[in-house]
Amino acid sequence: MSAMLSLQGVSKRFRGLVAVDGVSFDVADGELFAIIGPNGAGKTTLFNMIAGAIAPDAGSISFAGEAIGGLPPDAICRRGIGRTFQIVRPFPALSVEDNVVVGALLHSLDVGKAREHARDLLRRLDLFDQRGRIAATLTLPDRKRLEVARALATQPKLLLLDEVMAGLRPTESDRMVAILQTLNRDSGLSIVLIEHVMRAVMALASNVLVLDHGIAIAQGKPEVIVRDPAVVRSYLGAEPVERI
Amino acid sequence: MPGKSSAAATPGHLPGRLARLALAVFGDVPVRAVILLAALFTLLLIAPWLVNDYLLTVLIVVLYFAFTGQAWNIMMGFAGQLSLGHAIYAGLGGYIAAVLFARFGVAPWIGFLAVIPVAAACGATIGFLAFRFRVAGVYFAILTIAFAEFARIGFDHLDFVNASAGLFLPVAQYAHNDLWHLRGNPTMFYYVILTAAALVFVLCRALLKSRIGYCWLAIREDEQAARAVGIDSFRYKMAAVMISAVITSFAGVFYAFFYNNLFPEQVFNISRSIEMILGPIIGGIGTLFGPILGAFVLTGLAEALNTSLIGLGFDLPGAKHVFYGVCLLLVVVALPDGVWPWLARLIGVAERSQ
Repeated sequence: MSAMLSLQGVSKRFRGLVAVDGVSFDVADGELFAIIGPNGAGKTTLFNMIAGAIAPDAGSISFAGEAIGGLPPDAICRRGIGRTFQIVRPFPALSVEDNVVVGALLHSLDVGKAREHARDLLRRLDLFDQRGRIAATLTLPDRKRLEVARALATQPKLLLLDEVMAGLRPTESDRMVAILQTLNRDSGLSIVLIEHVMRAVMALASNVLVLDHGIAIAQGKPEVIVRDPAVVRSYLGAEPVERI
Repeated sequence: MPGKSSAAATPGHLPGRLARLALAVFGDVPVRAVILLAALFTLLLIAPWLVNDYLLTVLIVVLYFAFTGQAWNIMMGFAGQLSLGHAIYAGLGGYIAAVLFARFGVAPWIGFLAVIPVAAACGATIGFLAFRFRVAGVYFAILTIAFAEFARIGFDHLDFVNASAGLFLPVAQYAHNDLWHLRGNPTMFYYVILTAAALVFVLCRALLKSRIGYCWLAIREDEQAARAVGIDSFRYKMAAVMISAVITSFAGVFYAFFYNNLFPEQVFNISRSIEMILGPIIGGIGTLFGPILGAFVLTGLAEALNTSLIGLGFDLPGAKHVFYGVCLLLVVVALPDGVWPWLARLIGVAERSQ
């Protein structure tokens, strides 16, 4: 498997604070990759650099063999990276369906075709019955699914999910895991997710990166990671078995 | 206007293409809305036979503001960019067409062809400065005011257009209406502005229902999220400001030939810009029909108020502006989304996701 996404020594500094410090990792084509770590570890900053929302101070980011570090977010999306936001940002005054249509219009000049594509995605994400509602009126779990649908509508090769499980009940979280697994299996979509819900990480990820204070302290298979003493100390706490 | 150009390329299929275009643009409008729109348009078509000269002039002013309100709405209502200096586009349009006619005898329709690139370039300049250097929100609005003020002061000192003394178009009694040179009686002007307002209405709907419209709404709602789904927001905001500028500039051409005089102090004045945006604010920003309704409410009721005050023997020159203020206050307090969304729900023609 070739690396679809590759980061080499990526760093970002906010004045005195080094948010991300020389992080390197590779995500293979079709891989489900998780990034975990305590609050303030730099996970979202790392995401924002991959998605182009902020430019890295140092290091290189390449996607499908092309350097993308420092490109604007729209250019990165057009190259095939979709994302969701940690604090959900649907287009509030638009309907659920139109939210997804906007994403689908990236690869379709025809609104009718984009709408068909959008409805298809809404069905897969259990949002079809809500398609006429104004996005601002949805519950948080629905808005999270809407963000995933909108990102998927841009037909990404790689999907960046920033805490899509947070705030979901276990059954909702399991449903999301199932949806993501199906997407990964059926269309070979690569997914990088930031997640605190270890249950979802264990179920989904084939590879886990642990960040702490901007530094990658461990990387490996999830069942190995949860027994890594450094990870247990900084993030999972003293009783890893309980948390899983 | 891709529909228009492709239709022109194959004149043989014009009716079929126009029908398909009409279906694409109005196909999903509720039946009741289509009937009401058709009734209103028919009423406006026969209005010159129903009303006296004074009311016809009022209707011309109403349609003028319906036209400019719709143009402004493209920028603010669709793309979310607040312009408070739209007078600059109308002023440029008026001055260029008027000078070309007064000095060189160029017909206003040809003059408008010369106005289009100037208005587009002016909009592009303001847009480029703002969007490239991330001047947004209130600061963007101030930038648009600044440009209109530059134009006002500049034209006030531009001898070629008679500076502050004003530019006058030759006026004579015309035996018949000359549509080509826009010389004639108010009825002709009425039909010109009615056609223009109707065309812009159709154009706005077509824009809103096409890819560019969805991208504008996304940018208006959340520019960061819009960029995250691949929308090059700079390009779409530039398109919005340029389209809005060109449409507004036609209003200026109309204004110049209807009133026959142009003073920089008046046409570029900030109050001209504000007048243009009151209609959409009261009618409903971002809606298709709001700017039209707003123009009727504001101008129509203000004139009715004026007439009845004079009829009752009061002479209060400032009454209209007080009325504007009261209207704005009422709308902001009671119907912050404007009158149209509320009215549309009331008469059962509300559209999804407006």
